[in-house]
Order: sequence, then structure tokens, then C-alpha cells
Amino acid sequence: MAISYELCCRECGKRYENAPLSICDECFSPLEVQVDLDAAKKTVTRESIAQGPTNMWRYQSLLPVPENYVPQTPAGWTPLVKAPRLAERIGAKNLYIKNDAVCMPTLSFKDRVVAVALANAQRFGFDTVGCSSTGNLANSVAAQAARLGLKTYILVPADLEAAKILNTQVYGANLIRINGNYDHVNRLSSQIADRYNWGFVNVNLRPYYAEGSKTVGFEIAEQLGWRLPDNVVVPMAGGSLITKIRKAFKELIALGLVEPKDVRFFGAQATGCSPIARAVKTGADHIEPQRPATIARSLAIGNPADGTYAAKAIRESGGWAEDVSDVEIVSGIQELAETEGIFTETAGGVTTAVTARLYAHGRIKPDELTVTCITGNGLKTTDVLAGAYETEAAIRPRLTDFENYINEIKELDELVSGGVDVR
Amino acid sequence: MSVRVLLPNAFQKHTNGAKEIQSSASNLPQLLDEIEVTFPDLKSHLRDETGNVRRFINFYVNEEDIRFLGNEKYAFQDGDEVLVIPSIAGGSWPDGPTRFAPNGHCSCCSYCGQEDCSCY
Repeated sequence: MAISYELCCRECGKRYENAPLSICDECFSPLEVQVDLDAAKKTVTRESIAQGPTNMWRYQSLLPVPENYVPQTPAGWTPLVKAPRLAERIGAKNLYIKNDAVCMPTLSFKDRVVAVALANAQRFGFDTVGCSSTGNLANSVAAQAARLGLKTYILVPADLEAAKILNTQVYGANLIRINGNYDHVNRLSSQIADRYNWGFVNVNLRPYYAEGSKTVGFEIAEQLGWRLPDNVVVPMAGGSLITKIRKAFKELIALGLVEPKDVRFFGAQATGCSPIARAVKTGADHIEPQRPATIARSLAIGNPADGTYAAKAIRESGGWAEDVSDVEIVSGIQELAETEGIFTETAGGVTTAVTARLYAHGRIKPDELTVTCITGNGLKTTDVLAGAYETEAAIRPRLTDFENYINEIKELDELVSGGVDVR
Repeated sequence: MSVRVLLPNAFQKHTNGAKEIQSSASNLPQLLDEIEVTFPDLKSHLRDETGNVRRFINFYVNEEDIRFLGNEKYAFQDGDEVLVIPSIAGGSWPDGPTRFAPNGHCSCCSYCGQEDCSCY
């Protein structure tokens, strides 16, 4: 249980009782959950956490859920793996991957935020929940709402990847395709949440939902043996995740669970939708909205809700933001798969390609302990690899055919390795 | 000429419950003036200490963010539907100090509410 928590305006500081509310009625700024860390200090220890379940709910005391809440979905506690082969390719020496491509139950980090959001939807008595989504959130809300017996309305851009649409419909959710981009969908969701008594996880439940992202940070610290990394590379869509990982690290420091350290935060976006990276690069004090045009549709938010907070967190930490082209995104997906056996979606291609560039540009030094966050699974965006691999001609089930085939492959390999490196 | 203006729930505390108005404003600055005349209680909430519209308030015309249409220069057309939505995304950072942020920084640390805190 969380010892105690409440809502607080991120700008004017006005405090609110817990309620399905995301906007301050005084200054119309976003609200955020604040957990009473003074109270948590008395009971939360490394040992008490270790005695918890092997999922994100081991940090339940630091999450905004009711005291008697019994978690229904074992999301999180994904692998933090050392990535020596990718590291060698990009000039790193101490690189780790936080692999939320295998987060349960729907293979993205959104399972963490939805688990917290739906706990609060139930607390507030909603029988219907919804979200606006670029896909992963839709999958997760649909799956977890099914498990809790909640009715679901999910709004997505009409051009979403087929796999993400199917992975929402299969759970029995009401999927509403909107002719427009995510920003159009998000705006409509705000209007719907004002009119219908539904729990929209990323609208009126957003303060609670966002806290679920802290568990990525908690896990990174614990899995590193209760220490903080030097750098974290995080993909940015709405910009919430990067700010919440930072919040998680600050909370762990405040609780005395890790030694204080100034972690640098690096943000990753696709060039075709890079409002936050642009703000960081130009030093702008505001986010200019963009019309997204990228294959990284899960990051295609032109008007990011936490964009200013993300840009500020990056700048204050001494980090940086980069953006990469669609071609680099596909290369990033392939590179990560070929070197570390991790198949990520386009967002992970963005993060991998940006990580490579940060090393290449000297913004991250080779020996620094760096964690790059992979947030989604490649099986959901296979369309971007269409045509990347030839369908080999089938051979007869005979050893001679096999040997001929192998010899052909070897000759091809020799040709390629003796020629220009095509990558 | 008339445009329909839809107000968010968050405004209603300051608008006696009104959810929409018809306006004859011809652009965004005129519309803001008109809203503030109609709902005087809203003015101090709509603008910050320096008189600028608060950065988390977004305006849309029909289906488009008004910033893509020229923002304050966009001339409203008869029958336009103007949508006011707070907090989808930011504008600029506040210049002045705020309660939690004496240096003009946003609050972040959940322990004390400050971004650059000395809680540890």
C-alpha cells in the first residue's frame, strides 16, 4: 500500500483529495501524485521490497493505490540485461538494456501504467474505462480491463498498425478508429472524459497512470544492485516516462535506498515527430507542436502532454535529446535483434539508433554505466520490416540440396564480406 | 458572424456552469477578451501574473490546433467551432516564481515538490 498520497498541481501547488482529476481548476495545469515519503521512510527498506512479489507491485508502497489493494496483474520486473555485443558495435563498454519488450501481459511498458490506472478506476467506482492510444496503451487497457471485468472504449488513429488493432480487439474492447492523428484522438478523449462518467486512463486518471512509469526506474536501480546508472536513454512520445524515471530515482535517494547521484537523462525521438528533441536542441523554453510523419507511430505525438517537463528534466540533468530518421529506426531494430536477440518495435529502433548516435557524438562516454530503455515488442510493428528479408526458395528434403544451398550462402557471404560493408 | 466556443469542465467553476458560448469575435485575442467580459471570475485563472494566457491552455478551431493556422492571426470563419482544452500540452515556461518553484522552475520531486531540491 502507499502510505499516503494526494494530488498536487505541478505549477501552482494547489493540493487535491484523490479523485479522477488531472487538471488544476485554479490554473488549468496538470496535476501530479505526491507520495508521502516521510511516512514511507519508516517502513520501506531494500529488504521489505525484496520480500515483495517479483513484479512491479514489489514497490506498491511507493505507488498511488488504495491501502488494501490486491494487485491483479503481475506486470513489470522485466530483465535488465548487459548488452556487450551491441556495445561493441556502437563504441560502448558498459551498456545495459531494460527490456520492456517482454513486459506482461501485453509486451510493452504501458502494462505498468495501466495496472496503476485501473486500480484507481476501480477505487473511484468506474465500470467503464478508456484511453486514447497509439497502440501499446490500447492493447494494455483492453487486456487488463478484460481481466478486471471492466467495459472498455479505446480510441486510436485509423492508420494504426494492424497488429496493434488486432491486439486490442481480441480482448473484446470497443475499438473506435478516428480519422486523424494521435493528437486529434487525444483531444476527442478529453472531450469525452468531460462528458461521460468513464475512467480514461490517460485523461482523468492520468496522474495515477503516470506514476506506474516510476517502476521502470525503481527496477533499474534495484537490478543494478541498488545503485543508479550514469546515463539513461529513454524514448519520448508524450514525454512522461523520462520524467517519471527521474522521479523514481529521486524518491529512492530521498528514501535512502540508493546513494545520491546525478543521473543524466537522454531523450529519443523520430525526426518525423520530434517536438521535445527540437526544444532541447534549440534551447527553446516551449514546445512547438508538430504534425507527425514517421513510421514510429507509438512515438507520433506532435503535441506532447509532458513535453516541457521532459525537455526541462533532460536539460537540468545535463543530458541531451536526439532524433533519427525512419531508415535509422529500421536499422536500429535490426541491430538490436542481431546483436542482443531482442526484437523491439519502432520505438525501440528509435532508442537504439539514438543511443548509437549519442556515443558517436561523444555525448555519452564509453565507460559510463548507461541503460537504454526498450519499451515495446517488435512483433507488433512487423510491417516496417516488410521487404527487408527475402523469402528463400524452398529446397528438396535431400542432403545434397542442403549442401548446395550452404555452399551458395558461403559464396554470397564471402562476396559481401570481401566487398563494401553495406550497413 | 458567429463561432461556437466549447469550454472544458475545468472552467465551469468560474463560468457558473456554462459549457459553451456563442461569440462574434473575429480572432483569438478578441475571443479571449469576450470570454473574460462574459466570465470575469475566469480572468485571473486564464492568465498568469504577467497577463499571458496560461501555457497549458490549448485552442483548436474545428479539428486543427490554432497554432497550425496562424494562432492569433487566424481570422475566425462563420460557423467555426472553437474548442478550449487545458493541459494536453505545454506552451512556454513561466517566467515568474511559483509557489513551489521560487526560481521559476517547475515542481518535480514528490518529496518536497521542487525540481532542484535538497531533500537528500
